[in-house]
Amino acid sequence: MRVLAQIAMVMNLDKCIGCHTCSVTCKQTWTNRSGMEYVWFNNVETRPGQGYPRRYEDQGRWRGGWELNRRGALRLRSGGRFRSLATIFSNPVLPGIKDYYEPWTYDYKNLTDAPLGDDYPVAEPRSLLTGKPMKIEWGSNWDDNLGGGPESVAADPMVGQAQERARETADRAAAQVRDAFEQTFMFYLPRICEHCLNPACVASCPSGAMYKRTEDGIVLVDQDRCRGWRKCVTGCPYKKVYFNHRTGKAEKCTLCYPRLEVGLPTVCSETCVGRLRYLGVVLYDADKVTQAASTPDEQALYEAQLSVFLDPADPDVRRAAERDGVPHDWIEAARRSPAHALISTYRVALPLHPEYRTLPMVWYVPPLSPVVEALTGTGHDGEDAGNLFGAIDTLRIPLEYLAELFTAGDVGPVRAALERLAAMRSYMRGVNLGDPADPSVPERVGMTEAEVEDMYRLLALAKYEERYVIPTAALGDARRLEEAAVPDGCGLDAPGGPGMLPPGPLPGGGPFGDDSGTYEGLPLVTIENFHASRRRQTADDVPAKPEEDL
Amino acid sequence: MDTFLWGVLPYVALVLLVAGTIWRYRYDKFGWTTRSSQIYESRLLNLASPAFHYGILFVLVGHLMGLFIPESWTNAVGLKERAYHLLSLFGGTAAGVLAVAGIALLLYRRRTNAPVFRATTRNDKLMYAVLLAAVVMGMWAKLTNSSVSEGYDYRETIAPWARSVFTLQPDVSAMAGVPLTFRLHAVIGLLLIALVPFTRLIHMFSAPVQYLFRPYVVYRSRAAGELGSRREKRGWEKVDS
Repeated sequence: MRVLAQIAMVMNLDKCIGCHTCSVTCKQTWTNRSGMEYVWFNNVETRPGQGYPRRYEDQGRWRGGWELNRRGALRLRSGGRFRSLATIFSNPVLPGIKDYYEPWTYDYKNLTDAPLGDDYPVAEPRSLLTGKPMKIEWGSNWDDNLGGGPESVAADPMVGQAQERARETADRAAAQVRDAFEQTFMFYLPRICEHCLNPACVASCPSGAMYKRTEDGIVLVDQDRCRGWRKCVTGCPYKKVYFNHRTGKAEKCTLCYPRLEVGLPTVCSETCVGRLRYLGVVLYDADKVTQAASTPDEQALYEAQLSVFLDPADPDVRRAAERDGVPHDWIEAARRSPAHALISTYRVALPLHPEYRTLPMVWYVPPLSPVVEALTGTGHDGEDAGNLFGAIDTLRIPLEYLAELFTAGDVGPVRAALERLAAMRSYMRGVNLGDPADPSVPERVGMTEAEVEDMYRLLALAKYEERYVIPTAALGDARRLEEAAVPDGCGLDAPGGPGMLPPGPLPGGGPFGDDSGTYEGLPLVTIENFHASRRRQTADDVPAKPEEDL
Repeated sequence: MDTFLWGVLPYVALVLLVAGTIWRYRYDKFGWTTRSSQIYESRLLNLASPAFHYGILFVLVGHLMGLFIPESWTNAVGLKERAYHLLSLFGGTAAGVLAVAGIALLLYRRRTNAPVFRATTRNDKLMYAVLLAAVVMGMWAKLTNSSVSEGYDYRETIAPWARSVFTLQPDVSAMAGVPLTFRLHAVIGLLLIALVPFTRLIHMFSAPVQYLFRPYVVYRSRAAGELGSRREKRGWEKVDS
């Protein structure tokens, strides 16, 4: 056993409202440079839809990810090492700029400089590639909210695959994707780099410029070593490595590692309006990665990946982790990790396209919402356990479609996850309405009442500190040293002690604002420098207060 | 003049090649790339680029064979001058034609495809001019001085001179009777060698042969001193500061 730590993300799709705030803030932070105009490290797709780049999931065409060769060993779908080097002069399956979209700007100057005339001046679009006027025909979310209608839905490779599978099992009706307009369905799928355990982009980089960090599992491109061979773009089945056409180098989502290293969540998580993203440490056994990724049955890959993860509460695992150099605060963070809870404990999160065999580490809680709405619409009690469980199989978002995304077509785990979510809704509704708690509801999905309440707290209340449990890179150590330099002091010197201030904020606030003169609300750092202290006490904005429970 | 062309220029070119490559590696790792334009246009490139690159690789092998394997060695293994000439004429010409066709198509693509042309720097234009001149001049020299029955035997003049450059005793006189076309080709070739470190041609030195021998997934630890802010590196545009 070789224990490595990985920062994983889980997104709760029920909460995504498709506002694209994550995409925009990410772009403002990372890709607002020339050469990267067309690049979205984070993008939000409407499913069913083509995605970005168009139809990227069609691996028959784009040849991303891994496959098993005749001996059952892993091989890059784009071809082995010799083939890769033989085609190095021109990548035969590189998506072109039109598969993403041609970036443009507008001729804003015309708005102010146009001569006086009868017509209102307009800002014409100008291509950022040629500088010439262009017709805007596609964008990174052109089919947002099912824009484009049935054609766009039909172009979704996963719709085709679900129908194909239904034909094989002669279960046609179940997989009829309802694309008639009154019966249509959709949900949003925010996507970033998956920071896979078995990254195909890293494996296809001929220069060895791409690597997976051992400390936190983040997959990065060494800009000084990248030589622009473009193999990683093909290798990544999620098409989340991009070619900067100005510098001639590959760039990708960095999971905002400069922020993570100091304990801050990624920009996309921090600015997420729906508060649907979770970040936490997952411990895994690096020795089992290849074996899990070579599981012959595609539908068993989800379980195989779960078996790679380690339980941070297990003393053996903790000992092994210490031995392998995982810092103590990381092991502690793994215990409190929301990612570990949603993935392994509650099993409501599922990986995106496990069949690519990359063992992705951004997981998704599948969407349940429309079923409650639909049930209520028919005059039934939408949150009654009996109704809800029965309705999951007739979801407007067909289980089969979700299964194509999250479990290589196996409906079982998706149904199980949705049933747990449904049980949580039904049970907590009872609790909130003051009805006697019904332990039979959690039992039906194999959970205890306490577990359901914990899951409710994590998914529904979603406190900031519980959504993001991020151990820092070196600061954890530094802070411990800093604390050690300060005498622990007398135990009576705490709020409420003799001669001390009473616990809680002072009535009317302290002399320098709300939290001056009190102990609560002060940051944990013992020694605060002068500037930080002054900024905090004289800033115009209101210091964040812990929220009251809803 | 002869002393300059055949006694000085080769050393200038070689020093620029070696020193320039070291300088570029130290100063401009970020700029060391193929600067591919495939994302703009794939169809023509999928034909032209492999044609040119495979062609030029065979041409390179031919040059190394012709210049650095003495005639006596090939004679010793039973490859007589006539057989060698035919090999050089047909093999070399085939490779040359492949390379010329490839570069012609690449240039056509570069000129007619608007995004590709817009991404072409002055440095690229100079490089293309010298590269094209070297390839075309080489073909011309070979074809105007050869027939199927016999051709100009550069292995008795140019090759000894080329080897003498590396023994640091340049045999300037060996180049005396060489046809003008060959001499022009040699000078342009030296110019091209000198240009390599300062143009995108530098990517030839990063041929990723090590890919065949390394494990698929690369793990790396954060190096000491990678935490916190660091000196700004070349190549990253500053944004709103």
